[in-house]
Amino acid sequence: MTQIAPEKPQTEAHSHEQPLSWRRYFSFSTDHKVIGIQYIVTAFFFFLLAGIFAMIMRGELVTPPIDLVDRTVYNALFTMHGTIMLFGWTFPVLAGLANYLVPLMIGARDMAFPRLNAVAFWMVPVFGFLFLFSFLVPGGPAQAGWWSYPPVSVQNPSGEWLNGEFLWLLALTLSGVSSIMGAVNIVTTIVRMRCPGMSWFKMPVLVWTMLAAQIIQLFGLPALTAGAVMLMCDLSFGTTFFDPAQGGDPVLFQHLFWFYSHPAVYVMILPVFGIFSEVFPVYARKPLFGYKVVAVSSFIIVALSAVVWVHHMFASDTPGWMRMLFMFSTMLISVPTGIKVFAWVATIWGGKLRLDTAMLFALGGLINFVFSGITGIMLSSVPVDIHVNNTYFVVGHFHYVIYGAIVFGIYAGIYHWFPKMTGKMYYEGLGKLHFWLTFIGTTLNFLPMHPLGLMGMPRRVASYDPEFAFWNVVASIGAFLLGMSTIPFILNVVASWIAGKKAVDNPWRAIGLEWLVSSPPDVENFEEIPIIVSEPYGYGKTEPLTENMGG
Amino acid sequence: MTTLEPVIEKERLHQSSHAIAHEHEHDEAGNSMFGFIVFLLSESIIFLSFFAGYILYKTTTSNWLPPGVEGLEVRDPTINTVILVSSSFVIYIAERYLHNKNLWRFRFFWLLTMAMGSYFLYGQAVEWQSLKFGFTSGVFGGTFYLLTGFHGLHVFTGVLLQGIMLIRSFIPGNYEDGQFGVEATSLFWHFVDVIWIILFILIYVWQ
Repeated sequence: MTQIAPEKPQTEAHSHEQPLSWRRYFSFSTDHKVIGIQYIVTAFFFFLLAGIFAMIMRGELVTPPIDLVDRTVYNALFTMHGTIMLFGWTFPVLAGLANYLVPLMIGARDMAFPRLNAVAFWMVPVFGFLFLFSFLVPGGPAQAGWWSYPPVSVQNPSGEWLNGEFLWLLALTLSGVSSIMGAVNIVTTIVRMRCPGMSWFKMPVLVWTMLAAQIIQLFGLPALTAGAVMLMCDLSFGTTFFDPAQGGDPVLFQHLFWFYSHPAVYVMILPVFGIFSEVFPVYARKPLFGYKVVAVSSFIIVALSAVVWVHHMFASDTPGWMRMLFMFSTMLISVPTGIKVFAWVATIWGGKLRLDTAMLFALGGLINFVFSGITGIMLSSVPVDIHVNNTYFVVGHFHYVIYGAIVFGIYAGIYHWFPKMTGKMYYEGLGKLHFWLTFIGTTLNFLPMHPLGLMGMPRRVASYDPEFAFWNVVASIGAFLLGMSTIPFILNVVASWIAGKKAVDNPWRAIGLEWLVSSPPDVENFEEIPIIVSEPYGYGKTEPLTENMGG
Repeated sequence: MTTLEPVIEKERLHQSSHAIAHEHEHDEAGNSMFGFIVFLLSESIIFLSFFAGYILYKTTTSNWLPPGVEGLEVRDPTINTVILVSSSFVIYIAERYLHNKNLWRFRFFWLLTMAMGSYFLYGQAVEWQSLKFGFTSGVFGGTFYLLTGFHGLHVFTGVLLQGIMLIRSFIPGNYEDGQFGVEATSLFWHFVDVIWIILFILIYVWQ
């Protein structure tokens, strides 16, 4: 012990220096915690940007006739809104949370490949710039929607090789490369860098779900990349892969696209399931109900996610037997997800609930997820899907999943780990205001889309029949409310990061390795590598989490 | 307390810290290999997607071959295939020699692998030039050049990596931290080889 002592002031001086040097967030840092925050902040910028696109669209849809933007601009707006929300916001922000939390939760000093990690992050601003740059090229940005089906996507009206669709495909491919780098890193870290004693069934559920999500990236993304390469060849180099007049097959692109892009939903929702599983036990003061089943069900979702993609193509001349098969496999997904929902309800059942902002967002997210799950089952049924195909019912369903459940889960995660990341407490009042604005905004914005869809309003249109006006006005009010809801959030984060109350190491009295280290953690995370002796979520139990660090 | 004790204690500490450091390095090489295998598994899905597209087109398209094209010449590609597949054995021999610390023999067989890989690329280029159809000649031309081109890009990357590993073998103490670079390059080469065998069967054998 005495021999170690002289080194101590040095490390303390180092950690003391940390919070002041904000410059490192703009540098090529290889610290997983810096990269994590870089991801989250960059992603939030894209979230705001794509949110502004959405509000312009909702502004157009306040009145039935076309009056605010040109139809072409509207097409570009919904294309870029969808693309940037997914590839600029949701994936990067979850990659950021994974980066920040996984090494801390498994007792590692950093990710397996720190430099690869930094390269993967710095590709995000690069492909983000490419998406934005497409606004400046002749003909404007891509207008074929985020699914980019041929033949619409290979029109190239400007006739130039450097067109919006080309840049879109290039940026998408770069985003894929970045995600694959991140996935290789996260999977290797979780499989090989766990601290002594951390067996598979002692890992927190968040780590399980992050692993599951990244495995989907690894088998799914290459298919999308293959499709994107072929589409790019058709668009710019004169091939005919997707041109039926020349022997090509446009449905092949749909297969390649959805083979990734349906599982991509699970890439986004699985980490959020992990966040729910971390947040509920802490604020209910109870162990997670059915920990092992919740953990393993993530991998059942991974397996099923690979065999459901054709449910996006029921209307694409899909043969009857295939429709039946994929209808059933899609419905099966509700079993492992249902298990999780019941486990969370059982976790909070009879608990001593503390309704802090993180818990509110998790509860709101759970409610929205159950709702979107029910409309999801409806849509998996072929007759219903054919009926509401290409209507606002579909738009309402997936916005309930992506905003209602995923964004709520991300907010819950950011609030829950904010004290750990910044060393400061956020303002609870502003947090609650943020929650209620978001919850009311989400409901007003996305709930009316369901009746609109059932009434027959088609999606992707800039003008509509006056009979749809009422629900559209309600939805637009919700969208503007959602835009406003980010103001208290930004205020809260900025103000508390600069001048907030100092956070203690474990402000929520939570059980977990990340709460045993200082807030924010040292560069090396742990003074000595922890040795795990008990299962996670030991609320109400007496055994410590680790042999050498307590907990 | 004798005067010798602190010395022994220091020695012991030094040894243990060295052992920990060594174990750490070993772990890092293991991580890299694990990560590389994960990456190759993921990369194989791109090829699988292209193969799936090829099979779909071949079985469903009515006008498969472009007008004036009878089929593909098989003789030269077969020679090419034999050379590429044999190079997988040659690179294995090279790797064995490196394990036995026989650096010059390693370099010889490593260089031989590079020569075989380069000949494959040369043979591919000659074949491309002799063909009567191009990238834009329907889905047959498209998939043919897409598959052989994408695979050729991998062969080229493999030869490039081999070149880097060859140059690195002259740096003194290059293998003190293990032979991850050589092992990974070798694994990549086997991967490229297996992909080619599937590709050869799909494109040349199944006509």
